[in-house]
Amino acid sequence: MKRMIVTCVALSAILSLMAQAPKTTPGQQSKIRGKKVYEQYCLACHQVDGGGVPHLNPPLKKTSFIIGDKTKLIDVILKGMQSSVPIDDEYYSNNMPPHNFLKDQEIADVLTFIRNNFGNKAKAVTIAEVKAVRAKQP
Amino acid sequence: MKAKLILLGCWSVMALVSNSCLATNGDSTVIRHHSPVTDPGNAGLKLPAGFKALKVAENLGEARHVAVTPLGDVYVKVQSSKPGKAITFLHDNNGDGKADVVKSFGTYRGTGIIIKGNYLYASSDEDVYRYKLNDKYQVINPDQPEKIITGLINRHQHESKSLALDNDGNIYVNIGAFSNSCQVQDRAKGSKGIEGCPILDSAAGIWQFKADKLNQAYGDGVKYATGLRNVVGLDWNTQQNQLFVMQHGRDGLFDMFPEYYTLEQGNELPAECMYALKKGDNAGWPYIYYDGLQKKKMLAPEYGGDGKKTGGENAIDPVAAFPAHMAPNGLLFYTGSQFPAKYKNGAFIAFHGSWNRQKGQKGYCVVFVPFKDGKPSGDWEVFADNFAGITNIQSPGQAQHRPCGLAQGPDGSLYVTDDVKGTVYKITYSGK
Repeated sequence: MKRMIVTCVALSAILSLMAQAPKTTPGQQSKIRGKKVYEQYCLACHQVDGGGVPHLNPPLKKTSFIIGDKTKLIDVILKGMQSSVPIDDEYYSNNMPPHNFLKDQEIADVLTFIRNNFGNKAKAVTIAEVKAVRAKQP
Repeated sequence: MKAKLILLGCWSVMALVSNSCLATNGDSTVIRHHSPVTDPGNAGLKLPAGFKALKVAENLGEARHVAVTPLGDVYVKVQSSKPGKAITFLHDNNGDGKADVVKSFGTYRGTGIIIKGNYLYASSDEDVYRYKLNDKYQVINPDQPEKIITGLINRHQHESKSLALDNDGNIYVNIGAFSNSCQVQDRAKGSKGIEGCPILDSAAGIWQFKADKLNQAYGDGVKYATGLRNVVGLDWNTQQNQLFVMQHGRDGLFDMFPEYYTLEQGNELPAECMYALKKGDNAGWPYIYYDGLQKKKMLAPEYGGDGKKTGGENAIDPVAAFPAHMAPNGLLFYTGSQFPAKYKNGAFIAFHGSWNRQKGQKGYCVVFVPFKDGKPSGDWEVFADNFAGITNIQSPGQAQHRPCGLAQGPDGSLYVTDDVKGTVYKITYSGK
């Protein structure tokens, strides 16, 4: 009984803290939107845990392409990627199609989500950065 | 240290063997073979009553297909480009079922391996080699195979060149399509299928070559069957004298065409199909796929289909259909006498396991289909399960083992390879 009371007190404390918590930052909002984009367009191949599929679809966990240069990464989303290109010295069989139909906001969101999920910790991607790379596309 | 431990292990087993021989025969030169031991808990596998399993070897790397010699030695094709690691040879000195000689040779990636007569055949993702065997069915010159087929297309997608041989000196090679559905832009939403799909000229089919002729290129072979997206498991059915193949069905019906297919339909379509092939057959890829629920050939949405229109009037029907996306990587018609009678001439299929079903993957098991007169005589059933070691697999990376290759031993045992950890399982039947 005593334990139950303690649990209840702890729970209500947490709940009230959550209610008082400051509003989510723009970065966090971007991640939340990015998760939805991920589920719709990326998850089927890169999987729910970002682990990819051995030899077929590359993982997104600490992959150099993911946590590295943002311009290169945005370029992959816009143009897709051929299976003949090695990723961290591994080949993956499936081609990635271009995702240039996604809006700048969606690309910024999904990349921010991927770069800060699956054990990754890298800077957010902004709409301006996506715009700049898209402007350079032929 | 590890090697020392293994040596010590081998030595103690040998000591046990010779001791027991001494006790019964009084002659230390006679080595009586142990009856095969089985692993506690059947090496983690779930099997029908009366069957047992043991790990012949493990940690071999990506163990793809497997061949067993008439004397019970095992050759495993390992998917590795490391020098000297293409094929692993396993030999059991003391008859306990566990390999105590593990040697490897060859330098090329690839999946296919098979023994026929006095030759071992193996494939890279572009070429097919053969190695002459001695009177003990062991490779004589591991570093000097003969290249019998060369220059097959490899564009990284569906690149395995799997092998089967008939009894008339022909070898059959799968050349998978380097595409999902022959779209202008592979796997891109909204991209149409190419009319008169050009991939069919050099891939998406089974090619027939001579088993004993060197350096054959496309021009020396025969396009035996076409319209097959990707075949990894295939076997020559000696009872029917016919080639049977398992096709990996297409991906992306829901992802690319949510206007025609629900997520659930995307998960369940199309069927993974078994085809019995005759020369000149066309299975219909990329224009159609097989809907295993409606039991109909359907027009592919890249070619005007909408999930309702049928198609493929000239395409053959499958002889058996299985749930979608389970990735059949091994096919074996069982001709042994060790297993109960219902298994004779039936088909075992190793399903590597799906990656593109959503909200729960499927497969990761070996199934059995009973056969009579060249046709399935009953429903398929799961034969060996729990390779993955977990239930509710969300992502293939979670599976601890994935079945890939199948072979039959001279005593009628079934061998299964796993390409995650490089395990070779041996499944036997004792009835107990």
